[in-house]
Amino acid sequence: MTIALILIAVVLVLAGSLAAVGLSRRRGRRPELEPPRPPGARPAAPAAATRPLPERAVEAPAAPPAPAEVPEADVVVEGEPEAPPRPRVRDRLGQARSLFSGYLASVRSRGRIDEATWEELEEVLIRADVGVGTTTSVLDGLRAQAKAAGWSDPEDLLAGLKADLVDRLAGDRALHFVAGEPNVWLFVGVNGVGKTTTIGKIGLRASAEGRSVVMAAGDTFRAAAADQLALWADRVGADLVRGAEGGDPAAVVFDAKERANARDADLVLADTAGRLHTKVNLMEELKKVRRVADRSPGKVTEVLLVIDATTGQNGLVQAKEFASAVGVTGVVLTKLDGTAKGGIALAIQTELGIPIKLVGLGEGAGDLVDFDAQEFVDALFS
Amino acid sequence: MFDSLSDRFDAIFTRLRGRGRLSDDDVDEVLREIRLALLQADVNLQVVRDFVSRVRDRTIGAELSKSLSPAQQVIKIVHDELVTVLGGEPLRITYAPRPPTVVLLAGLQGSGKTTAAGKLGRWFKQQGRNPLLVGADLQRPAAVEQLRVLGGQAGVSVFSEPSDPVEVARKGLEEARRLGRDVLIVDTAGRLAIDAELMDEVRRISEAVEPDFTFLVIDAMTGQDAVNVAQAFHRTLGLDGVILTKLDGDARGGAALSVKEVVGRPIAFASVGEKLADFEPFYPDRMAGRILGMGDVLTLIEKAEQSYDQDVAAKAATKLQEGDFTLEDFLEQMQQIKKMGPLSGIVGMLPGIPKELKNANISDKELSRVEAIIHSMTREERREPSLINGSRRLRIANGSGTTTSEVNLLLKQFKEMQRMMKQFSGMPGIGRRLNKKTKKKRGR
Repeated sequence: MTIALILIAVVLVLAGSLAAVGLSRRRGRRPELEPPRPPGARPAAPAAATRPLPERAVEAPAAPPAPAEVPEADVVVEGEPEAPPRPRVRDRLGQARSLFSGYLASVRSRGRIDEATWEELEEVLIRADVGVGTTTSVLDGLRAQAKAAGWSDPEDLLAGLKADLVDRLAGDRALHFVAGEPNVWLFVGVNGVGKTTTIGKIGLRASAEGRSVVMAAGDTFRAAAADQLALWADRVGADLVRGAEGGDPAAVVFDAKERANARDADLVLADTAGRLHTKVNLMEELKKVRRVADRSPGKVTEVLLVIDATTGQNGLVQAKEFASAVGVTGVVLTKLDGTAKGGIALAIQTELGIPIKLVGLGEGAGDLVDFDAQEFVDALFS
Repeated sequence: MFDSLSDRFDAIFTRLRGRGRLSDDDVDEVLREIRLALLQADVNLQVVRDFVSRVRDRTIGAELSKSLSPAQQVIKIVHDELVTVLGGEPLRITYAPRPPTVVLLAGLQGSGKTTAAGKLGRWFKQQGRNPLLVGADLQRPAAVEQLRVLGGQAGVSVFSEPSDPVEVARKGLEEARRLGRDVLIVDTAGRLAIDAELMDEVRRISEAVEPDFTFLVIDAMTGQDAVNVAQAFHRTLGLDGVILTKLDGDARGGAALSVKEVVGRPIAFASVGEKLADFEPFYPDRMAGRILGMGDVLTLIEKAEQSYDQDVAAKAATKLQEGDFTLEDFLEQMQQIKKMGPLSGIVGMLPGIPKELKNANISDKELSRVEAIIHSMTREERREPSLINGSRRLRIANGSGTTTSEVNLLLKQFKEMQRMMKQFSGMPGIGRRLNKKTKKKRGR
């Protein structure tokens, strides 16, 4: 009761101030004129509210863990890793297709555009997790277009819709790489989305392209996270830098950059612990990792947000928060080989302008493809 | 983040004063809002349709209650219906007459099975049982290692071997019998519901160990696909219950409703954090409020209790009520609040806040600005804001990188708030609701 009382008080003050400021700005009332500063007087730096970063409490294991019974890796890499044949998105998505193949059949078979047609289109998009907001704006635009063009055939509508969606998904998909110093590609996201597996896949690809890779086991929290990445480093022939469990992730990333610099390696793939964007201290920790990763030697050229294709509307919130905290240059959409359509990625790109760069289609080292807008949109409607 | 459902309804229902019954049109308008709220919460589209249709049947022609506003009445019907679906018979863990009691965990990749296995190990131990964990995930690199570490933390031993998942499970069962363990918890690899081969594998694992309890482990942020996942696993394994994970995030969790509707088995546990202790029974009424986007005051209170210094809070509350609350106190309280997570999430959870304030898009940046302003004040100024004249105002504005109008505004709002809070504590409404909820919690 007491705490809620305090919260309400704080909110009243904060919100009250804001609401009034917002209102006055909107109505065009100019805020009270600042009296001119006396020459020579400079504003003092605002007192930074310093907070010690609370360390995430790590539970010390009660007994030393038994020697790891590690299963043999499924993929045995001998000699130079070869670039695996890229899986065709269509093949992987084929499995999910049959579930939806009847979906738009009725739309097409009716041969005309009526209210039921619009409802079915809305249904397809919502079921794909595109979200009500984005769906509404897309379909409103389509209605206007259909009216202007005088469409009567639902095939035209479908084609128009697909074209619009592909358009919305346009963006810079290149993975940025700057020669001359170690590039850091930072992988962030909530728990369980596939960051470590994605690093493994990208490591394989990069090695096959002739780049030298150092992996940074920046997840110092999760049990056996560094072991997991170590197995991937082994598989793909990459160097690995790890730290003590419960240690500072920024230090691991820093060490990885030093190693890359010393060995003239091109690319540092930095793993981070999964974290919910609602945890303030963890987001602060991530900001620190980013700052350290940006210091010489080397710099951050990609911050990849890994998003699970099964995620619903919370994916958009995740993207907003991570982008706000560390700046996100692209999305990796994982687990798209399942039944989920990953429509939230459309919302992310549309609302936040963050391009989807890569797609994960399985747990194998080769199960990674570049994002293709046309294939993605076709799959939404298959 | 989202307008609260009650605020949206208020707009619709202001027109209804004086009328005895809810007409069909009134109800349909309200149901559209409910549909929207549920879809935004990730409830599956078909589940939403069925749910809304049931609510409609209960609402059409209902007499307007004398004690609740029409908006409140409809919300109550929706809320109650949600609680009915989400709740029902809770799962009772009963122990097999011939030990061990076997628990099997299944689900998609990344849903939180291994962590849940560790948590269940700890939970059964707390129940006075002697469990054995089996690491049958041989697919994910270092999955068994992860389970071993968690087992070590929980004080529960882990069995595994690098053969194949069905074999590991079978041998795990033998091992449990040999060691005289009374609970066996089998962690399996994440698998896609449409992967026929892997779904067959988990079926064979199930046949090998004959689980007493098969749990689907599903992530609370799962979208529309939750239904497909639940149906497939239920068809293959025959689920006994569901474990909902990552509830410590801000996903509304509509997947819970979808899964419950489709599977019809209880949601047994809620995973609310990464630590082994972050495991609790599932509370249907809290989930109902969360799905509706109405927030949950109890969760807020618990969250606050974790990060707030209780003594500091109690002192601050007294000061508020007595009108002794200064800007210094305010600053101190804001530091505490920062620990609780993004402000926008908290604001959404508070009851009784007028709509205009909720929509004011309070961000943590704004909080920092206000902090900066207060930091630029002297101790005396914080205690006695009436000291702040024009030149002091200017100094404060310059010092904090803000404008004098912002400083003015803060002082004005603060004064207003002080006045309101003095009246507030004597007021019924929010105070009563909070006390009622707190009492309910204690009585659990």
